[in-house]
Amino acid sequence: MVEKRPGLTLLRHLVLIAGILVIGLPIWVALVATTHPSSAFLTDLMPLWFGDQGLGNFTRVLTNEERVLGVEVSASWMLWNSFVMAMVIAVGKIVISMLSAFAIVYFRFPLRRTCFWLIFVTLMLPVEVRILPTYDVVASLGMLNSYAGLTLPLIASATATFLFRQFFLSIPDSLAEAARIDGAGPMKFFRDILLPLSINNIAALFVILFIYGWNQYLWPLLVTTDEDYYTIVMVIKRLMTAGEGNVPWNVIMTTTVLAMLPPVLVVMVMQKFFVRGLVEQEK
Amino acid sequence: MHDKAVFQHRLLPMVLIAPQLIVTLIFFIWPAGQAIYQSLFIEDAFGFSRDFVGLDNFRYLLTDPEYWASVRVTFMFSGLVALSAMALALLLAAMADRVIKGATGYKTLLIWPYAVAPVVAAVIWWLMFNPSIGIVAAFMELFGYRWNHYINGGEAMTVVVIASAWKQISYNFIFFLAGMQAIPRSLIEAAAIDGAGPVRRFWQIVFPLLSPVAFFLLVVNVVYAFFETFGVIHATTLGGPGNATRTLVYKVYEDGFVGLDMGSSAAQSVILMLLVIGLTVLQFKFIEKRVQY
Repeated sequence: MVEKRPGLTLLRHLVLIAGILVIGLPIWVALVATTHPSSAFLTDLMPLWFGDQGLGNFTRVLTNEERVLGVEVSASWMLWNSFVMAMVIAVGKIVISMLSAFAIVYFRFPLRRTCFWLIFVTLMLPVEVRILPTYDVVASLGMLNSYAGLTLPLIASATATFLFRQFFLSIPDSLAEAARIDGAGPMKFFRDILLPLSINNIAALFVILFIYGWNQYLWPLLVTTDEDYYTIVMVIKRLMTAGEGNVPWNVIMTTTVLAMLPPVLVVMVMQKFFVRGLVEQEK
Repeated sequence: MHDKAVFQHRLLPMVLIAPQLIVTLIFFIWPAGQAIYQSLFIEDAFGFSRDFVGLDNFRYLLTDPEYWASVRVTFMFSGLVALSAMALALLLAAMADRVIKGATGYKTLLIWPYAVAPVVAAVIWWLMFNPSIGIVAAFMELFGYRWNHYINGGEAMTVVVIASAWKQISYNFIFFLAGMQAIPRSLIEAAAIDGAGPVRRFWQIVFPLLSPVAFFLLVVNVVYAFFETFGVIHATTLGGPGNATRTLVYKVYEDGFVGLDMGSSAAQSVILMLLVIGLTVLQFKFIEKRVQY
């Protein structure tokens, strides 16, 4: 504290608590809604305190009892699909971008500069801007309705490569020199020195990419028509339009709570890595 | 270009870079090229015929009042999302900056919305604003205001802005807080000794020093509002009522996948790509400048 002003300190706490309450309000509403029957959302004000249907709604959604989700697959299966998608994207991106950053920083080879620019152009193009042609490409490769189609077009992004490149450049040259003099080949250097040094970056990147993959919406919506590949995030939209006039809000909110739980847990558990990773991304 | 280039190998680096290069070529360069190519043609909805029309798709777009309406909607939407998310995050970060007791707790409770998908946030806010059962709509009715985002374009816009900004507050908060904590304490203390109160210190010292962070966040927030909020609109307003919330990305989707107007959709994609490239160059220029001092 620069100076003692108890009033000001109190104000700070009050503003922060108010902020947390306002930011938390939607979650409160969603959690409360998971504990009520759908009849609680017809004409009167929505419930603001917990009811007694909590477990029932979750089991019905998770097992898709009586086809509450309006599709053939259960929420647990869609959670699995989301998990596969998020993991493949996160791990895939980290692996291919680490390898290519290693090649770009530590080797000299023909067309290196061209490769570098080809990769870095993609830094700029989110999938949303090139949806239609990317969809055509994936369709012509026969990858609609497959995990490959869900993940591969999103794995290509230069952000992670850029981060690893920056990080490798900050590692003293003497390390690689020493390894070379000791007779270690490049892959041994990569495995025994670069990989352990990069653990923090990998963890931070993993959090960010897992969330990115889990929260994809437009892409899974386009490339999956087979319900077996639906993800939990994209199915919410179907629920919104399923029952005209009589929206099953309790089922929707139960699904949204399930859809946000895994990424929120990842952020909470890995908060330290995640914050550092985000702030470093800017540099 | 910096490099270390310590290892001498011909084949190995090619193998290492191949996965990324192949994915980039197939899923980025090829589609981007396709978009540019398609934007020069008019195709009938069934794909039977295709005529080369040069830049007609672009000319048509740029003289189409509907396109400009969508441009206006997008800019208003992005501006509102960026400003509200940044202002609130700045306020919360300024409050959290000097808090000692409970600092970690506050941080944890403020950053988790980052992990929530935009579409999830949208659906919950949509329920809260629901004209007949929503808590916010009921609250406004206490003051005699009849809220209905199904017929009022401004109100629909308000809901999608709130839902999109809500999630982005956490991200901005993290950066503002990190920026504030990087400001040397001695500066603040010197100002305090000179008699500047907390409010004046904030506006005259902390705020100017945060301007690089604020600029960075502005670009990130605008890019977010442009491209990542498709789900927000698609799950709630569907661009309506009366196109009041039809943003550019939503229009690309609608014209391409619903209207099957490939040429126009491709031309719109190309314009968006140019826009993203412009924003990225701006940001790179800015980062370079900052590295220099």
